[in-house]
Amino acid sequence: MFHLPFFLRGRPASPLSLRRHGILGMNARNVHYIARYNARDKYPLVDDKLNTKRAAARARIPVPELITAFETQSGRQRTMEIIEPLQKFVIKPARGSGGKGILVIVGRNGDKYLKPSGAEINAVTIFRHISDIHSGLYSLGGKPDRVMIETLVDFDPVFDQYSFEGVPDVRVIVFLGFPVMAMLRCSTHTSDGKANLHQGAVGVGIDLKSGGVCHAVQHGQRIHHHPDTGVPFSDLMIPEWQKLVRLAASCFEMTGLGYLGCDIVLDNQRGPLLLEANARPGLAIQIANGAGLRTRLQHIEQLETEQLEKNLEQRVDYAMDYFSTQRATSSIKTRPEHALA
Amino acid sequence: MSPRIQVYVLAGLLIFIGAGLTIYKNTELGFPLFPGEYRTVWTIEAKVEFIADDGPVKAALTLPRAQQNMEILDETFSSSGYGGFNTVQADNEYRAVWARRSASGTQSLFYQLDVIQTPEAALKPPLNLSLKVQKPLLDAREQEAVRLAIESLIKHAHDRSSDTKSFTTQLLTALADKHNQDRNLIFNYYKASSLVDIDLLVLAAAEIPAHRIRGLYLEDDRRRLPPEDLLEIYDGEHWVAFEPTNGLPGIPKNFFIWQRGGKSLLDVEGGSDSRVTFSVIANDIPARDVALLSTNQQKEALVDFSIYSLPIEQQSIFKLILLVPVGALVVVLLRVFVGLRTSGTFMPVLLAIAFIETHLLTGLSIFVLILVLGLWIRFYLSRLNLLLVARIAAVVVAVVILMGAISVISYKLGIQQALTITFFPMIIIAWTIERMSIVWEEDSPFEVFIQSGGSLLVAVIAWWVMTNRYIEHWTFNFPELLLALLGIILIVGNYTGYRLSELARFRQLIR
Repeated sequence: MFHLPFFLRGRPASPLSLRRHGILGMNARNVHYIARYNARDKYPLVDDKLNTKRAAARARIPVPELITAFETQSGRQRTMEIIEPLQKFVIKPARGSGGKGILVIVGRNGDKYLKPSGAEINAVTIFRHISDIHSGLYSLGGKPDRVMIETLVDFDPVFDQYSFEGVPDVRVIVFLGFPVMAMLRCSTHTSDGKANLHQGAVGVGIDLKSGGVCHAVQHGQRIHHHPDTGVPFSDLMIPEWQKLVRLAASCFEMTGLGYLGCDIVLDNQRGPLLLEANARPGLAIQIANGAGLRTRLQHIEQLETEQLEKNLEQRVDYAMDYFSTQRATSSIKTRPEHALA
Repeated sequence: MSPRIQVYVLAGLLIFIGAGLTIYKNTELGFPLFPGEYRTVWTIEAKVEFIADDGPVKAALTLPRAQQNMEILDETFSSSGYGGFNTVQADNEYRAVWARRSASGTQSLFYQLDVIQTPEAALKPPLNLSLKVQKPLLDAREQEAVRLAIESLIKHAHDRSSDTKSFTTQLLTALADKHNQDRNLIFNYYKASSLVDIDLLVLAAAEIPAHRIRGLYLEDDRRRLPPEDLLEIYDGEHWVAFEPTNGLPGIPKNFFIWQRGGKSLLDVEGGSDSRVTFSVIANDIPARDVALLSTNQQKEALVDFSIYSLPIEQQSIFKLILLVPVGALVVVLLRVFVGLRTSGTFMPVLLAIAFIETHLLTGLSIFVLILVLGLWIRFYLSRLNLLLVARIAAVVVAVVILMGAISVISYKLGIQQALTITFFPMIIIAWTIERMSIVWEEDSPFEVFIQSGGSLLVAVIAWWVMTNRYIEHWTFNFPELLLALLGIILIVGNYTGYRLSELARFRQLIR
């Protein structure tokens, strides 16, 4: 299936109407939020996933279990010994960006390792992948990197109908400790099991109050059913939602970053787990939610100091209540037809 | 002060300094604001000729001094066989002195200088020219008629004038009028004297301090001109120059003053039949070169401590380097205002520089060819399970071999332009190939197309801006503008509005 690139479809919006709808642009995000609220010295904590993992352990934030980490380039022999007994695992570069360099193994077939797509690869390919990560192929600026091997998350079956081959994760934007927007990224057949929206994954806007779906978008077009399975999104309700949002909000204390994107997965047994935190979260979440971030961020910015200094529970309660879809004017218009469906 | 205000203050300051220095260089030092401006440079050659008397020879020539309506850019002396040459200063005059132990036959000495006319300005008052007047002695009987004629001329001029200046004009007009009886009488008596000699004599009789100005009229392609004379008189407050033939005050526009007052123009000891002749040639020279020549002599710090003091070869390298910030600005503008996706933020600038050397179409086709072949080689290499550094090094080698092959093949086919291929940044291309192949595998071939297309588009736009002749002219002649450019980049870095691409990206949200 071929889709026209986004910029060839329809008439562009005017800057004024974007502003009226409270859409946050890339430049404003960089200058107003990232530069102002994210101190540079805190970046290493989130840019290196091994650091994030350690900090999360200290802050008692649950994360996927780390099997092992290669700090330096290791020999083929040792790498093989470590991989050999494993059945399901994920190999990640500690400083990869945009999900690059992540290799997921879902099972074994004798000597071969199975990828989610069903493709089989052998141990040498895995070793080369590890060595590529070490050499810095996936890290920013080509700096030498560390490799981490994690257990594969045992996904909650609630997502089975909504994700094709891939890893459904929830992205929550946390601003000054307040969760402000959330989305679920569902991979599809077109996105080839990847969760990147511009590759054809579905962006599902999640209502902060209920954990239900308020909006879903693929290729920039509003959809109501998963393109591969045909299951309507209105049936989806994310379990343990309150716990998940609280976990995201607690990352503010853990990282010290004011403007933060948290990627969270739901494990069948352990519940929500923090995959990674991002100091420069993208803006696609606005498209998934069909709503702008700017008004929400500005609302938090104008809060009184004492409100800002509230504890985690109060912050989460306040945000879940205030940013619930019922209140957001831009989404109300689209609500009735959704309710009928 | 908030960072935002700091940025604006700093940027304003930088732009102000950059623009200020540029204006200063343009108005004060004469650097042309636009390319293709020319100035006329006059090359004047003074030739001293005399016949030596088989003995020691010494020749002294008065040299022109810096003056306000002309600027001397360069001077050269040529005097083959004359060992002792030097310039001496005496009585407010510079003189070139040539000396030789023995010489015989006709001698030729040359002095050459380049001057430009600077917009008309008043003559500087001469330092201390004598105001003494030596009245001619005309007491002898046979001089009676001459004396009366002179007195009659003076009286006649006096009656028709109100001050010294108008008197001088009247007197000079009368002395130039060939139908004037008195004038003819005087000229008949002083047969060997020139017009200016007689003018000076009559002015002395009228008790007006005066002297001659030696010089020449600048007209293109004149040879063997004798020096011409003007008059300068003192009207009680100022020295005023007069044209002797028409009696008008002021120095004619194209008159080059060689000597003001003073003694002789040329003194020769040990020779005879000496004379000075002048040749004049006009050359049109780029205004920038003229500005450089004239500031060289003044040791202007702005120019003396700039890239112009480097050897020519380094200057031409800098010409290219100074264009890099312009390319960077283009990248910044396209990223911040348009939102074009490129592979490697500043890689397009390097490509654009390569395009400047190779020309656009050749450069584009070579780049695409290398990228396609490189990707193809890289896909094969990825099957060999090599370590990353070795793989990239292998791609570098492959790229170099490809470049060599393209050069040789295109040369054999008679396409000369492809030889400039060496300007491509090889390592960068190898990295680009590596990254592109990752994008191909992890994202999609379409994404490779988008990113390399974006890079190429930015590179072409940067190339287009960098080869603009005005941009080239400004960056090289006014490097101060880099400060202004820095200021602009700082301001752009503060832009928080939407990008053009976002107007399309978030289009669906406006419903």
